[in-house]
Amino acid sequence: MSRILIRNGRLLDPESGLDEVGDIAIADGRIVQLGGRIDDFTPEKSVDATGRWVIPGLIDLSARLREPGATRKADIASESHAAAAAGITTLVMPPDTHPVMDSPSVVEQVTHRADHAAGARVVPLGALTVGLAGEQLSGMAGLAAAGCPAVADGGRPIQDSLVLQRALDYACTFSLPALLTPVDPCLATGCLNEGPTATRLGLPGIPAAAETAGLGRQLAVASAGRARVHFGRLSSAEGARLLTSELGENRHLTADAAIHQLFLTDQDAMEYDSRFHLDPPLRDIVDRQALRQAVADRVIRIICSDHQPHDQDAKDGPFASTSPGASGIDTLLPLVLRLVEDEVLSLPRALATVTVEPARLLGLEGGRMAVGGAADLAVIDPVSPWFCTRETLRSRGHNSPFLGWEFSARATHTLVAGRLVHRPDEA
Amino acid sequence: MSVQLNEHGELRHFLTTEGLDPQLLTRILDTAESFAGVIGKSIKTVPLLRGRTVVNLFFESSTRTRTTFELAAKRLSADVLNVAVDTTATKGESLLDMLRNLQAMQADMFVIRHDQSGAAEYFARHVDPGVAVLNAGDGWHAHPTQAMLDAYTIRQQKGAFEPLRVAIVGDIRHSRVARSQIHALNGLGVGEIRVIAPNTLLPADVDTLGVQVYNDLGAGLRDVDVVIALRLQRERMQGALLPGESEYFRHYGLTESRLRAAHPEAIVMHPGPINRGVEIDSELADGPRSVILDQVTNGIAIRMAIMTMVLGVQPETPREAT
Repeated sequence: MSRILIRNGRLLDPESGLDEVGDIAIADGRIVQLGGRIDDFTPEKSVDATGRWVIPGLIDLSARLREPGATRKADIASESHAAAAAGITTLVMPPDTHPVMDSPSVVEQVTHRADHAAGARVVPLGALTVGLAGEQLSGMAGLAAAGCPAVADGGRPIQDSLVLQRALDYACTFSLPALLTPVDPCLATGCLNEGPTATRLGLPGIPAAAETAGLGRQLAVASAGRARVHFGRLSSAEGARLLTSELGENRHLTADAAIHQLFLTDQDAMEYDSRFHLDPPLRDIVDRQALRQAVADRVIRIICSDHQPHDQDAKDGPFASTSPGASGIDTLLPLVLRLVEDEVLSLPRALATVTVEPARLLGLEGGRMAVGGAADLAVIDPVSPWFCTRETLRSRGHNSPFLGWEFSARATHTLVAGRLVHRPDEA
Repeated sequence: MSVQLNEHGELRHFLTTEGLDPQLLTRILDTAESFAGVIGKSIKTVPLLRGRTVVNLFFESSTRTRTTFELAAKRLSADVLNVAVDTTATKGESLLDMLRNLQAMQADMFVIRHDQSGAAEYFARHVDPGVAVLNAGDGWHAHPTQAMLDAYTIRQQKGAFEPLRVAIVGDIRHSRVARSQIHALNGLGVGEIRVIAPNTLLPADVDTLGVQVYNDLGAGLRDVDVVIALRLQRERMQGALLPGESEYFRHYGLTESRLRAAHPEAIVMHPGPINRGVEIDSELADGPRSVILDQVTNGIAIRMAIMTMVLGVQPETPREAT
């Protein structure tokens, strides 16, 4: 399908500020006309978007796809199709696969599988260090050439500050942003936010200081260089405050939060429900509000799903012995839109956090809607109620902390490079 | 936690003392009291659980606790199966498989000890209807029968709970016993509960459990009626929590002289086993203030009471031993 006309949708582009009802013409994977009524285009297929929104496809900055290495939980094909059904056109994949994405061959394997799957795009991140061991620099030039737009610590912070400094300097050489996990692992040995809930449940706590100590050290190292540094999955009010004070000095810094941190707290784990065993842990209501404020203030510019699909076995057992992480791609879009309902963000700003902002960070073409640009788009029905249940989740990971929630929006069509990768008859 | 109560508010499992209302807590103590008479007789069994099978499933070794549960079950004429489980078998799938296999052997009750907080609740959520789970200690979370036998001992010694000041001394952070004691004693209306420990042995926001926090032993013991010393695990010395046993004993160990700050008739308790010269000195542990052996005796009656309550076979006249 190379010529598609989307008719009469509410066109929303957070980068340009476009917000009007009109048509979009797509040919050979690109947007060729945008806005107004388009009569001089002969499509092979038309999509009637009356009453719906047409937005840039979502870019999810952190999604574990479990391939290679843990395909028992999920794989590139399953998750890229689930993403497409959720309006996500790009999944950014951290390098902590098995084997680790520290060589072009692993990256090429991933991109080959993603091409073959023909769902959402998959963008692999290269490892900052070999094996993510924090000792030897990875071949970043080769990783970049193989298609990695950035390098990351994959959730395993580099402990040696000198290695971290050199890794950042080396990444900067190739204009690669570095995505870091702001955690001090020595302080993060528990399984739930350190506070009254962990104390009641008798679970070892992870203090917010685990984040601020990690962030403080990484900020100090990052500030000494010129690398573009991005901090992933902030979870605490104090972490957001620390970043706020640093942003005035260093414009190369950015940060994201996982969407579940903006809706849940550690109290949700009160009955040892392992779906709320997350890393970083859910914190308290003050942290949740501070994170929402930080997103509103653009201190945190990106929201991701932090998608971590698990099989039943990984989530079965006493809380601390279960694997941390939540399945998130199915609920990213409706939750981001709920931030608009909750008056945390304007609609354009909410969309920006999952489209143009991650695109800017990684230098991706998508995340925008412009003539000549890639036709990575999602058609959204903003009033299409659905319940989040194991049956309605498209991801193979059913470990969603939002099971039982009712949402009001869903993607009806998703296009990647002008190709329909999700349409109603697939729902 | 609602999983341990049925729709009538009665015990279906016994997992925690948190959230139990005063009437239910008192009923447990009263039922235990009626069993205390059985224990004192020459024939110490009653047929209340005859034909029932109790499985002691201990993922963490504990001769003392396992023995008291076993004895309680045998006093009730139950068949008892002791299963010591390799601690490496902690994966969820293995736990569930084990549970299903044991259920297939027609078990009626599981007494579970596990090193993970929430393990007993996890089992309770997965057992068949009609099968009960008793928590014999899960991680740092709860040891509810220990707390109830402590409460029973306190009532036995002091009569009423309301006027009492109770101090718990030691490793509160890692103590399932302390958490369960705090919930039980608060539920029973104890006047004041104090925890006394260095900050490294206090969990975050411990005051939210409803206790007064003291770092100083002398100040914390002032005018208290009950002093409970907690067992100190030796591995706490390795985890940068304490500098050493001698310093701990010097500042937090219970002795006769330090107890002078307490009420003259204050009693001393310990869940056992005791580290003499670490939590408490021998003179005090063996002295007239100590009710440590009473606690052990009372443990049988409490566990008999709980076992009958969760299986709904409480006797009207349990003193009539066969």
